[in-house]
Amino acid sequence: MAVACSSGTAMQVDRVSFRYRTDQPGRPWTVEDLSFDVRAGEVLGVVGPNGSGKSSLLKLLAGLLRPSSGQIRLGSQSIGHIDSHLLARSIAVVPQEYVQVFPFTVAETVLMGRFPHRRGSWWGMGIGDESEHDLRQAHQAMVETDVVALAGRLVSDLSGGERQRVMIARALAQEPVILLLDEPMAFLDINHQIEICALISRLQRERQLTVVLVSHDLNVASQSCDRVMMLKNGRIVQIGSPMETITPESLRAVYGCDVVVDAHPYSGRPRVTMPA
Amino acid sequence: MTPVSPQLLTSESPPLASNRGEEGTAGSRDDWRRTGTILTHRRWLGIMGVLVAASVATCILCLRFGATPVDLATLLVVAKQWVGLGGAEGDGVGTAATIMMHIRLPRVLMGFVIGGSLAAVGVTLQALLRNPLADPYVLGVSSGAALGAALAMLLGIGASMILLPVLPLCGFAGGLLALLLIYRLAQSQGRLPVHSLLLAGVILNAILTALIMFITSIMEPNRSAGLMAWLMGSLTAPGYPALGVLVGYAVLVLAIVMHKAHALNVLTLGEETARSLGIETERIKKQLFVLTALLTGAVVSVSGMIGFVGMVVPHAVRLVVGSDHRLLLPASALVGGMFLVISDTIARTLLAPAEIPVGIVTALAGGPFFLYLLLWRKDRML
Repeated sequence: MAVACSSGTAMQVDRVSFRYRTDQPGRPWTVEDLSFDVRAGEVLGVVGPNGSGKSSLLKLLAGLLRPSSGQIRLGSQSIGHIDSHLLARSIAVVPQEYVQVFPFTVAETVLMGRFPHRRGSWWGMGIGDESEHDLRQAHQAMVETDVVALAGRLVSDLSGGERQRVMIARALAQEPVILLLDEPMAFLDINHQIEICALISRLQRERQLTVVLVSHDLNVASQSCDRVMMLKNGRIVQIGSPMETITPESLRAVYGCDVVVDAHPYSGRPRVTMPA
Repeated sequence: MTPVSPQLLTSESPPLASNRGEEGTAGSRDDWRRTGTILTHRRWLGIMGVLVAASVATCILCLRFGATPVDLATLLVVAKQWVGLGGAEGDGVGTAATIMMHIRLPRVLMGFVIGGSLAAVGVTLQALLRNPLADPYVLGVSSGAALGAALAMLLGIGASMILLPVLPLCGFAGGLLALLLIYRLAQSQGRLPVHSLLLAGVILNAILTALIMFITSIMEPNRSAGLMAWLMGSLTAPGYPALGVLVGYAVLVLAIVMHKAHALNVLTLGEETARSLGIETERIKKQLFVLTALLTGAVVSVSGMIGFVGMVVPHAVRLVVGSDHRLLLPASALVGGMFLVISDTIARTLLAPAEIPVGIVTALAGGPFFLYLLLWRKDRML
């Protein structure tokens, strides 16, 4: 179920505020009065200090949390009104960390991404629900993330980078229009960070996928995103191209410290380093 | 049984068209589907076929053993008579037939249903709590059910079990309360860490056992002896109507849980990921908690506290058939049935004509296995 993006807008966030229900009434909003568009086919980075509301925003976009006020629209529909398994055919989420305690194989895990597309009968009890199309999509996702060779391995035996690629393959198997990534490189070594970065831009190019990427790493956001949104205390400080947003001034405003921002020698994009 | 759709049998599948160049040879592209990496119809039918045959064989073999050994030839004669083919009325065949049909067969069948139910409950709880050590006995669900049933016995309302299943319902109530309590106790920040789950289980077990002991102590001595024997976990020869009630519970619960098996797979990805894949996790969890408590209550009210079947069996089965719950669940049920039938055969033959409670046999077999998992397989558990 592809959602039409004729307007060039994949998702529209309209004056969304949110706070956890357990919070006392006096406490500040986790996310306050956010309005922005996610453009079709772009990689949008969300950066900001810890507790700025990045992950909560991602969960709001995924429909896992409901806004206290405001609306999030996918196409013309509010995502609160879309049936959860239909929503899962448009939006896929890759969580920050994935721990599997049971011995599932990589292929089994990727095929779980086909769950929103299943068409099982009561009496079939789900055995062999996977159709030829499901298997083909899962295989395609494994090819794109380069995990085909791992298909028979147990997910629990993989390295962090491999496991992250498997989780992205699982999300791709959903055939989503929008991919939401929560700190996809947080626990990875630099070589795996490079792999995931390359994978994201390849997916954007070849699948025309819209990606929203939450990261605490400003350089990752600068290198791999078309636009960057900077959050502080649940509010948008800046949104725009990396050139516009990642500046010493804005970083001082958000993080309260001085940093050196120069141009990356190859891409020319802003590069953030510690002073002296 | 599900019809086999031919396109799912991997050897007949057409080669895949890959969009991204020609990686590997034509053969290697399909390898991931051949080597048992995913569950296919063929694999499901093959493994289930073997297990069903093994279950039937185990039950028949275990019919032979007991205080009065019966050889296979006599067994065959009894079977022939039973299905109406007639056969010679030899010496001892009449007695053997009575022992077979009214004592051993119902007991073996009940053992099979109880073992299968406990294993299935174990698999379900493990998936729901995302914890391979979850087991109705270890978590205190069985104790809760036992307390409920013991209370009913104390108040003398357990007599009319068949027509109005008071005992199983009281067991259900106790088991469900214990399960909800343990879930609340062990949960921290939306997660169920293995250690807090086990710790909560230990404490809950201690409290519930104390309450059960209290009930035992205020009962008349002759009734409390019966209660104690039941608590240790023992199988008796039930009447066929009672067996029917138990089978009813087991079939009902297993059918519904089987229907959720595919969703259980996805639930092991984590609750938020499961929700992002379109699963209503809260609803499924509630339904399955109620169903597992219902089956545990029914089982405990009949057989007392038989421990570790729900943990040992699924773990062993997982090593062989993998983790896909669509196969793991029914396979564990069959293996659990066999495990308990064999344990019970040991329990009633080891010191024959005296019997030891089967709960002791399963605990002696399962306890060390549990310790082994806890000590040497930590990596797989956290």
